Amino acid sequence: MDVQAGPAETRLTFKGRLDAAGVAALWARAMATVRALRRDQTLVFDLDGVTRCDIAGATFLLAAEAAHGGAEMRGGSDAVRAIIARVRDAREVRRRGEPTPAPGLLQIVLAGVQSALDGIAFIGEAAVAVIRLPRHRRMLRLTDFIRYLDDAGVRSLPLVLLMGGLTGLILAFQTAISMRSMASDIFVVNVVTVSVLRELGPLLAAVILAGRTGSADAAEIGTMKINEEISALTTMGIDPMTMLVLPRMAAAMVAMPGMALAFEIAAIIGMTIVMTGFGYTPQQIYVQARDWAQVKDLLGGMVKAAVFGLAIAATGCRAGLTTGFGPRAVGSSATTAVVGGIVATIAIDGVFASVFYITGY
Amino acid sequence: MAAPIVQAEGLCQVFGTRTIFRDVSFTVEAGEIFVILGGSGCGKSTLMHQLIGLLPPTRGTIDIHGHRITGDGAASGRAAMQREIGVMFQSGALFGSMTLLQNVMLPLELFTDLPRAARVEVAQAKLGLVGLAESVALMPSEISGGMARRAGIARALSLDPPLLFLDEPSAGLDPVTSAGLDQLILDLRKDLGTTFVVVSHELLSILAIADRCVMLHRDAFPDAGGVIAAGDPRRLRDESDDPRVHAFFHREAPRQAA
Repeated sequence: MDVQAGPAETRLTFKGRLDAAGVAALWARAMATVRALRRDQTLVFDLDGVTRCDIAGATFLLAAEAAHGGAEMRGGSDAVRAIIARVRDAREVRRRGEPTPAPGLLQIVLAGVQSALDGIAFIGEAAVAVIRLPRHRRMLRLTDFIRYLDDAGVRSLPLVLLMGGLTGLILAFQTAISMRSMASDIFVVNVVTVSVLRELGPLLAAVILAGRTGSADAAEIGTMKINEEISALTTMGIDPMTMLVLPRMAAAMVAMPGMALAFEIAAIIGMTIVMTGFGYTPQQIYVQARDWAQVKDLLGGMVKAAVFGLAIAATGCRAGLTTGFGPRAVGSSATTAVVGGIVATIAIDGVFASVFYITGY
Repeated sequence: MAAPIVQAEGLCQVFGTRTIFRDVSFTVEAGEIFVILGGSGCGKSTLMHQLIGLLPPTRGTIDIHGHRITGDGAASGRAAMQREIGVMFQSGALFGSMTLLQNVMLPLELFTDLPRAARVEVAQAKLGLVGLAESVALMPSEISGGMARRAGIARALSLDPPLLFLDEPSAGLDPVTSAGLDQLILDLRKDLGTTFVVVSHELLSILAIADRCVMLHRDAFPDAGGVIAAGDPRRLRDESDDPRVHAFFHREAPRQAA
């Protein structure tokens, strides 16, 4: 690009190819030149040397023209002039309608309240589906339930055992370091056993369930929604709640206590390995654990695990059923399912902790 | 004269501040192939969702087989209607975790007391009817778009409904496959006496199958979409004075907006 600045007229002479690559090199310099001009000066583009101009090139020329408020295009082949004219027409068309304004704080708060209410409504719908189950018995298919149970429970076992074992190891080791300074390291057994049975087993099994099954439920149901399969079910008179949601909730409820138990056994084995390393025999560890931990610790954990499973499956299915349009919506439903599932688990755990504390369980 | 199978009166749909269409009224008689046509974005699919009970209309009434599915008592009307209609959705909407046979068998399993062997026979016959006798054991992910539509029709037929709704049966198919589906629709009407309500924008398909149609347009009213023409599509093609109807049937490109 050559710039010839005169008192009344500034001429920009272009040579070669005006395509995206050429424009990239010119854009900033040309715009700076054009903006520096006074309004009363004439701006001239000399296009005789341009061998090829594409839509990027024409857009560049028209943007430079618009920046000055007008310019004269001189020369150029017919092809170059034609594409400039075509792009000029396209730039004239203005967008129809107003863009949707960004939501204000009030709308965001209202949307949050709305989605909380929807969540409560979903629990109500699920309850209604359970009440109507005798009439819709055939929609609840045993094969589906077994498939979900296998998916949620059996297939997660390796991960549950791995996480459980490592948690037991780490917890025992970290606790033992401080306990040793007080020469009371046998109490590591008490700490690890009770905290795993009452809290960590159900809680971490729930995190695994949310990550594996909650997200899968949301993605599978969300894809069905996008593919109009949910609509197809509804028009056939089949209740999606009964056919898709209830078996998943039931499967999660049944699988979770098993997952939590597997986690707890693996954690206690992990702890035993550490304690053996500190010189205790397995018999000593067993007696210590038996005398401290109670059956109610185990049972309380199992009940919690079942409720967590219910909440996670419900959150995942709801995220799936409320999926919007397009593949991104499925992704965000899966995210909602995992985040919502974990948050719900922790909230419910808080409720359980208060209830257990008040009742002295 | 027998009462019409479908009677729609003054239908209107508002989403937010936008009126998709208003004052849409029509009837469909028994044994007819009735097409809802129009360009993209005119509300064809919205209208169909109203007719099959998925979307309550903002205003207006719908009666299907004498069941009122709008307003008071809509839920029981919809439940009664669902036994008498079949719906094929745009891409078939087959259940991905089941074979074609299981897809067609599902409604039989849930709503009839047929023993399993009989269900298999009936479902196989339905799939044979749409030309998929050899593909019964395939999964939906293993078949082509045209086959998925055929399987969707077979599933819609599984309870032998007198009325079928088809959403864009030939959209995105090659001309030969599309013509095959048109022929299937005509054959089913001839052999089973099924009434069809078809949503379509495929010109050739519409002219091949439709007895009557309504044409929707997004600018039918200054502020809303609605019906701009109704009747025999071949007569609309040849005789309509409305430039928008003429443009649709003669594939005229719109003038570039200035």
